[in-house]
Amino acid sequence: MYNFTYHRASGLRQATNMLGKFADAKLLAGGQTLLPTMKQRLASPTDIIDLNKIEGMSGIELKGRNLVIGAMARHADVAGSPVVQLAIPALAALAHMIGDPAVRHRGTIGGSIANNDPNADYPAACLGLAATIVTTKRKIAADEFFKGLFETALASDEIITKVSFPVPKKAAYQKFRNPASRFALVGVFVAKRPSEVRVAVTGAGASGVFRVPAFEAALKKRFSPKSLEGLTIPADGLAGDIHGSAEYRAHLVGVLARRAVADAG
Amino acid sequence: MPAVSLTVNGKAVKATVEARTLLVQLLREQLRLTGTHVGCDTSQCGCCVVHVDGKAIKSCTMLALQAEGADVLTIEGLATADKLHPMQEAFRENHGLQCGFCTPGMIMTAVDMVHRLGHELDERTIREELEGNICRCTGYHNIVKSIAAGARAMSGGAPSHQAAE
Repeated sequence: MYNFTYHRASGLRQATNMLGKFADAKLLAGGQTLLPTMKQRLASPTDIIDLNKIEGMSGIELKGRNLVIGAMARHADVAGSPVVQLAIPALAALAHMIGDPAVRHRGTIGGSIANNDPNADYPAACLGLAATIVTTKRKIAADEFFKGLFETALASDEIITKVSFPVPKKAAYQKFRNPASRFALVGVFVAKRPSEVRVAVTGAGASGVFRVPAFEAALKKRFSPKSLEGLTIPADGLAGDIHGSAEYRAHLVGVLARRAVADAG
Repeated sequence: MPAVSLTVNGKAVKATVEARTLLVQLLREQLRLTGTHVGCDTSQCGCCVVHVDGKAIKSCTMLALQAEGADVLTIEGLATADKLHPMQEAFRENHGLQCGFCTPGMIMTAVDMVHRLGHELDERTIREELEGNICRCTGYHNIVKSIAAGARAMSGGAPSHQAAE
């Protein structure tokens, strides 16, 4: 790892100012992606702004019909939260599937979403639940937030403060793990909302997380795994690599979507 | 160079480190607590697991400076002068190691597991919870047995050092 200057931010305003001041600064949340990336010298920021000592960024609460999770909430906090388990059990289950216990003690929801790894789990939950990503500047709908591989709508001096998830009627997440990395080779999040059904897919897209309108339309008519029988998605535009071809991933999307719908009940 | 103050195994520690110094480097190279190992350096193997403020974390994936004010427990802090921690004793009794390289991380993960999930751990739970710890000798079987036995042993007549964890 190349050396850098370390800054311990005491508040969001200070962190924002530092982001504006240093040309090549990175925010440090849980560090479970950033630090390994820096160790491999795939990233070498001049300045690291540590968000961990900022107060009040990891709360979890139900506000009306929305589950609001602070950006610095750890995966273990989300997985173990009775509030999350009651409001959106699929989200608690998803958080429990990330990494391993030690990684879940450090990794944060805000960090995962800001990183937008194409194989990460949380982007599928955000898109599938029609979440709103709240930042220091504005509120961004999940549909507008995820822009491509490791790309988001965030401005260079913008910090995620919380994520608001409308509580769905039903939801479930199914993940087919890469047996080595334990990341999602493909993950499918399905949610039945009062007005719509959403199917969001991570791991498979060549440009990150995406929705499947054909599946959503079929499930809106009848929310049952049977509604998806015979439906497939084309392999065009999907990721293909040593872990699995685009065709294999396309097949998995159908399988996991059916399983998720069955799991949601 | 920046300074960091923390508590390690109950003792107050002050150190000067580079910004890029990892917690595991501070522990091993400056404090000479070499029980915490580095097996992969890519946050997969779990040999470097220590407890920070009571939670198991991978010390190769946390900056030393992030441990400012933290309470760190390493494998060296588990045993008392003449008595192994019940989890260490269970690994010894059940032949839960061969080369021993992964063992400190296994034990720190196991103790964290007991703190979170209690003293009656079934095999499936233990195997799932060991997702972030890799052993290349044992095939895990005796490690799983050790953890189940250690978890039960930790419930009986807890010595004072456990209360402090």
